[in-house]
Amino acid sequence: MNSSSNHAPQLSEFLRRNSTYVILLAIVLGFAVLAPEFLTVNNLLTVALQSTLVALAAIGMTLAIITGGIDLSVGSVAALSGALAAGLATRGGLGTYPGLLIGLMAGAGMGLLNAVMIVWGRIPPFVATLASMAIARGLTLVYTQGRPIAGLDRAFTFWGSESLLGVPMPVWVLLVVAVLVHLLLSQTALGLHIYAIGGGEETTRLAGVNVGVVKVCVYVISGATAALSGLILTARLWSAQPNIGVGLELDAIAAAVLGGSSLAGGVGGIPGTLAGAFIIGVLSNGLNLLEVPSYNQQVIKGLVFILAVMLDYFIKQRRTVRTRRAPLAG
Amino acid sequence: MTENIPRLRLEHVSKAFPGVQAVNDVSLEVWGGEILALVGENGAGKSTLMNLINGVVPLDSGKIYLDGQPVTMDSPRRALELGITMIHQELALIPQLTVGQNIFLGREPRRWRFWIDWKRLYAQAQAELDRLGIDVPVQARVADLSIAQRQLVEIAKALSYNARLIALDEPTSALTERETETLFRLVRALRDQGVALIYISHRLEEVFELADRIAVMRDGQLVAVGPVQAFTPAEVVRLMVGRELTEFFPKVPTQRGEPVLRAINLRAGREVQGVSLELYRGEIVGLAGLVGAGRTNLARLLFGADRLEAGEIWMDGRRVEIRSPRDAIRLGIGLVPEDRKSQGLFLGQSVRFNAGAGLLERLSRLGFIDFRRINQTIKAIIERLRVRTPSLNQRVRNLSGGNQQKVVISRWLALNPKVLILDEPTRGVDVGAKAEIHALMSELAAQGMAILMISSELPEILGVSDRILVMREGRIVAEFSREEATQDLIMQAATGQLERRVAA
Ligand SMILES: Nc1ncnc2c1ncn2[C@@H]1O[C@H](COP(=O)(O)OP(=O)(O)OP(=O)(O)O)[C@@H](O)[C@H]1O
Ligand SMILES: [Mg+2]
Repeated sequence: MNSSSNHAPQLSEFLRRNSTYVILLAIVLGFAVLAPEFLTVNNLLTVALQSTLVALAAIGMTLAIITGGIDLSVGSVAALSGALAAGLATRGGLGTYPGLLIGLMAGAGMGLLNAVMIVWGRIPPFVATLASMAIARGLTLVYTQGRPIAGLDRAFTFWGSESLLGVPMPVWVLLVVAVLVHLLLSQTALGLHIYAIGGGEETTRLAGVNVGVVKVCVYVISGATAALSGLILTARLWSAQPNIGVGLELDAIAAAVLGGSSLAGGVGGIPGTLAGAFIIGVLSNGLNLLEVPSYNQQVIKGLVFILAVMLDYFIKQRRTVRTRRAPLAG
Repeated sequence: MTENIPRLRLEHVSKAFPGVQAVNDVSLEVWGGEILALVGENGAGKSTLMNLINGVVPLDSGKIYLDGQPVTMDSPRRALELGITMIHQELALIPQLTVGQNIFLGREPRRWRFWIDWKRLYAQAQAELDRLGIDVPVQARVADLSIAQRQLVEIAKALSYNARLIALDEPTSALTERETETLFRLVRALRDQGVALIYISHRLEEVFELADRIAVMRDGQLVAVGPVQAFTPAEVVRLMVGRELTEFFPKVPTQRGEPVLRAINLRAGREVQGVSLELYRGEIVGLAGLVGAGRTNLARLLFGADRLEAGEIWMDGRRVEIRSPRDAIRLGIGLVPEDRKSQGLFLGQSVRFNAGAGLLERLSRLGFIDFRRINQTIKAIIERLRVRTPSLNQRVRNLSGGNQQKVVISRWLALNPKVLILDEPTRGVDVGAKAEIHALMSELAAQGMAILMISSELPEILGVSDRILVMREGRIVAEFSREEATQDLIMQAATGQLERRVAA
């Protein structure tokens, strides 16, 4: 009796902390049983590759969500960056690396625009980024005339299709970005202030933190990670497509929320977000392997999303009751 | 006062908000090595004056001198750099962060410029807490702390800046006597080190115990300043209110009627371990105890805000299930919660909305809200409690702290429940309004309401209650009648030196 009452909280505490990973594991195991091709090295690399695009955008999104904001422009920014980079590298004649760099900067620039609207224009993030979502998509269509830009060289496509040590380049990029942003969030003052703003913006301001600067950093990073996602997709497709990234913002938000971020702000983290992105990736891949028609896949994904969030919520609910008791006891 | 230049000098300082002249032409000096108490009714402009000094809101006109030098206080950051800090009236901690992170927010110990030195941060935070004798884990998330613990952390945070001028805006409103004493010791020690302190409180005993000088504000103006010896408490009250107040706790003896609510052996976790009690019509029951004794938890159980693990609740002789606040309200139970900001108010909404929120269903006809009657009802209560607001349309966020508290109370009074539970109802409320709230409680009891009042202020408990229950570690350990209760007996029971259960 005594030992069981000791173990139960530990188990639920473990589940609470790791609910995203537990769900990911469950889905992986499920597909491994249902579809024999699923657990092959090749297929897993494909999953990683597919998840990368969402994961990159979701990393920036996580920062915005932790501050209590949101960045709806990530999909359009991805498309704009990809198109600019491809266009400048080919018909612009700048060469691949200047093109990629400018593409990345364009993403960061859109992030800056978002931040300016939010911080100095005092426009709510939802509205500001909704506007820049339209602007970035429009600019992409204007620049590409609505047509693909092909003719990328090997140096460009290398970032989408080649591998290093058996791991595709996009996955490397993701790893580097994820580690950097994770360190930023967990080890630096800027990271702490990002959480602080989400928990109480006025309090953070009163503590002497320059809230505007923190938000600028957040949205610039979000623009940049969205741009990376767009550049990599362009490299993988061997051409810039003006309508890539439609709906990317929704997947990115889903990944962040599955990973434990709260849309109310103040809560979230990169490892969770990665797991969330992988849940989405694994689900698409597995359902494809099982030859589920794509219309039905959407329904299933929506259901899994709700289930996962509810599960997470219930586990946390049970815990809050417990902690509300604990501190008073002493 | 060895220096001959005041630490802080305000010259003709003014600040207006839409509809109110919050601070009106105030000139005031604060010296290093003194404690200046700032008193005044709710909405007198005390917090606003402090916000001006701390750069939280900009001045309309006037000048601020620090050590004789004119300064512009354009941001809280600037104030911090100049060595001015403030303990805000509304708790200003970030619930998602840990205690240590909150204390050092904005000035985290760093390595290589950007990296936080977590070890040093927590070590310093621990040292800070130890210095003040505050027993709260540094790594705990603030969300998991009780209100009193949060207040202590907030105090630790403000004091850790080693400031030269510290403003404390009602720092003791959530503290028990013991914690209050710790705070007083600290404040005095800081004064002796030459720090200038401004102390805002509605508890006049504290003011007279602690302060060297007193400044009284009324309607945004400074109406009196002088050494404590120059005032009597009654005078201060008269200056604050602008009229004579007869008695602090007017008590109308009431007739105890039949029982309304009966709780049998309630249990929930460690905080409530088998509580039985009975509330009668027409009776005010005071619930005393130390912070953490489980009083708030008990109130939340009775109101259906938390889940009951075991026990029975009976209303009017019928067994009832209270699964949610909605159930409780339907049965006629009301709760004025302890933490008004997060549980009691819609900060972004108007006074009318907040005070009338509970009335909507009752005062509707065929689903249409009868705004005229709601307005009438609310106006009467708001006037009665002297809520200082330019209009019923003012957003509650813009009211002073004490007036916010009055709005929460108005909502429940407007509902006129059978059983009203008040958790620290007069926290942060000025003397005049406090008397008004107490009078209203007596009146409601006389009309047959059963009232359960939780309070950490013993004079309030003793002054208002017909019967007093004392809780300790999740149990009711003593019961006193109004006549037999004394501060000493209650404290002994609350701290476990005395146990006596009068059979209910
Ligand atoms: N941001 C604001 N917008 C509009 N009015 C405000 C604002 N802040 C304060 N006020 C008004 O200014 C007046 C003074 O408020 P203040 O908070 O300084 O009072 P206080 O003396 O601290 O009262 P309390 O004892 O209740 O804390 C009040 O009438 C209040 O409604
Ligand atoms: Mg105030």
